[in-house]
Amino acid sequence: MLRRGGAQTLEFPDVAAPGGHLLEVEDLHTAFRTGRGTVRAVDGVSFTVDRGKTLGIVGESGSGKTVLARSIMGLLPLHDVIRSGTVHFAGHDLTAMEPAQLRQVWGAELSMIFQDPMTALNPVKRIGRQITESLRLHLRMDRSEANATAIELLRQVGIPSPEERIRWYPFQLSGGMRQRVMIAIALACAPRLVMADEPTTGLDVTVQAQILDLLAELQRERHMAVILVTHDLGVVAGRADEILVMYAGRIVERAPTHTLFHDTHMPYTQALMDSIPRLADPSGTRLHAIAGRPPDLIHPPKGCRFAPRCPYVQDRCRESDPPLRTAGSPDHLFACWFPLVNGVSTAPSNGALPSAPPAAVAAAAEDVTNGSDASVGTDTAAPDTGGPTP
Amino acid sequence: MPDDRELTGTHASGPLLTDQVPGLAAVDELVVSRQSETLDSDDILAKKPLGLLFWFALGWVSLVVILAILANVLPLPNPNFQNYTALNAAPSIHHLLGTDDLGRDLLSRLIYGARVSLIVGFGSVAMGMLIGGTLGLVSGYKGGRLDVSLNAGAFVLLAFPAIVAVIAIVAFWGQSLLKITIIIGVATIPILYRVVRASSLSFANRDFVVAARTLGATSSRIVFREILPNVVPVAVTFGLITVAGVIVIEGSLAFLGLSVPLPTASWGNMISEGASNGNLQTNPYIMIWPVVAMFLLLLSINLIGDRLRQRFDIREGLL
Repeated sequence: MLRRGGAQTLEFPDVAAPGGHLLEVEDLHTAFRTGRGTVRAVDGVSFTVDRGKTLGIVGESGSGKTVLARSIMGLLPLHDVIRSGTVHFAGHDLTAMEPAQLRQVWGAELSMIFQDPMTALNPVKRIGRQITESLRLHLRMDRSEANATAIELLRQVGIPSPEERIRWYPFQLSGGMRQRVMIAIALACAPRLVMADEPTTGLDVTVQAQILDLLAELQRERHMAVILVTHDLGVVAGRADEILVMYAGRIVERAPTHTLFHDTHMPYTQALMDSIPRLADPSGTRLHAIAGRPPDLIHPPKGCRFAPRCPYVQDRCRESDPPLRTAGSPDHLFACWFPLVNGVSTAPSNGALPSAPPAAVAAAAEDVTNGSDASVGTDTAAPDTGGPTP
Repeated sequence: MPDDRELTGTHASGPLLTDQVPGLAAVDELVVSRQSETLDSDDILAKKPLGLLFWFALGWVSLVVILAILANVLPLPNPNFQNYTALNAAPSIHHLLGTDDLGRDLLSRLIYGARVSLIVGFGSVAMGMLIGGTLGLVSGYKGGRLDVSLNAGAFVLLAFPAIVAVIAIVAFWGQSLLKITIIIGVATIPILYRVVRASSLSFANRDFVVAARTLGATSSRIVFREILPNVVPVAVTFGLITVAGVIVIEGSLAFLGLSVPLPTASWGNMISEGASNGNLQTNPYIMIWPVVAMFLLLLSINLIGDRLRQRFDIREGLL
């Protein structure tokens, strides 16, 4: 009844080679073949996550953060996907694993919390069953042991009278309760890394904070690593150890949380922060939106991908792609030719602002004419830009 | 950003509840109040009545099924025994529903005849569901070439006029109960395949299926443990309606003399006999009883199917 797949059992040593990181993503590319062309959703992303740490991945819709999360998990469609790069998890390369081996990792060592608790629970199965299935599958528990564990898990995620609750169906629970159940399911087998893809987007603001606090508490207790994917810098601000800002499938800035907020180098990160509405603002204050839209990932702009929307854009930004580099502290990476220092751009002139829209049009037009050249150029440039910090 | 910690709003829900109990207890309070709300909705679901008609329908189907099962045990004359002293007898204490032109007891023939209708109806749909339903489940979830080819196959089969094909095959292959069940069962495969596939397809990419994958579930586990329970309501409802359709097909075959061979009693055979040899004028009972029984059975099965569909829809609606 319970199947485990034919592969031999994998070992997951506590501290793993290479480099001792729990998760090591190197030069990950994911592209989708579509009718219009190849969409480079994730384009040369590298980073590491250590045990017990929280990494925030932030970006607006379409920046590739969900595709990145799914690429790491190995949850991509079977057809029309081009993937390259490596994902080392506790020393094992997930990208090289057979499905049967992946199934041993999934749930047991690496699990995922989904965005919408309304759809991520099976509507016709009791929540107890949904929790016990992976316990019985991975930890080989018998029915009563798994039930007892499920009750304990539900109690840990703050569901009152869990003995009764395990017999309930998802539709009998509110959104916040369902997300708690989702967390219980994801954490059932004590994984070492949890991917939370927008875990609170479908919830009320008041419940959001409760859920995130719960996740942080369980993370501390179990010493597990969390990757928190979100579009909301506010969600990761107080919770992540390190933040990775994505734009158009690339990392544009990566720094420890405090550094990122206090010494922002990348104009895009600055724009994201400015776009958060503040309670202190007088009513009637206009919201700061980032003008324009994320670029077309089939024909990304030549040079810096944020150039068409950047208020400080220079000729150099449109000509060549800025590499991911450091300045000062070694753990703060950014991809910008003219980084902000103390909130002021180091770009030579500020006459760029009014001329930005026509420049964007020109850049787009240029792309259409030699789009294929541009994409080849960015592709070969990517390995240089994406290496981990020495 | 000095205010980045404020953004996270850890105590956003605090002010609302601190009047009563501060901190974690307040959260529990909130959760408990939620829980009583959901209990109410549960009660509403439980109290939704199925209706008196549903119970009549279920009663009739159960009666027919029980009588058909117990036919050997009941104090009935042999359905093929010809009592020449009571030809075309009207309903009486000796023959509750009367006799036909050969002096056979109509009640006995009706009850034994129900066996044929029920076996062909449920048997062939069970077979169609086992094959077509399983193929539909897998094909809807897997997609790709398997799905395309199975779907194309189903369309080819559906393009044949089913009843004509069934008549042709019965005529060539033979007329036993088993053969008729198998032939009609094969004819239901593409229909049931299409319905189950459509339903399976609609669940194949739901988050809970992806979530099950991320917990390490194999494909077969996902198909049978995650998708199947969701497909069952549709399959049962549509299956029941197909049973009704199959019973009509069996009746049509019998009317053409292609169902179980005479003198075996079946409702279709009885209707056929009642319409021949001028029996309709001399003894309309021969035809009336099976027609009424079949009419009520089909109506009941359809009604049960329909009520079950409504019932399952409610759960989907609350989702």
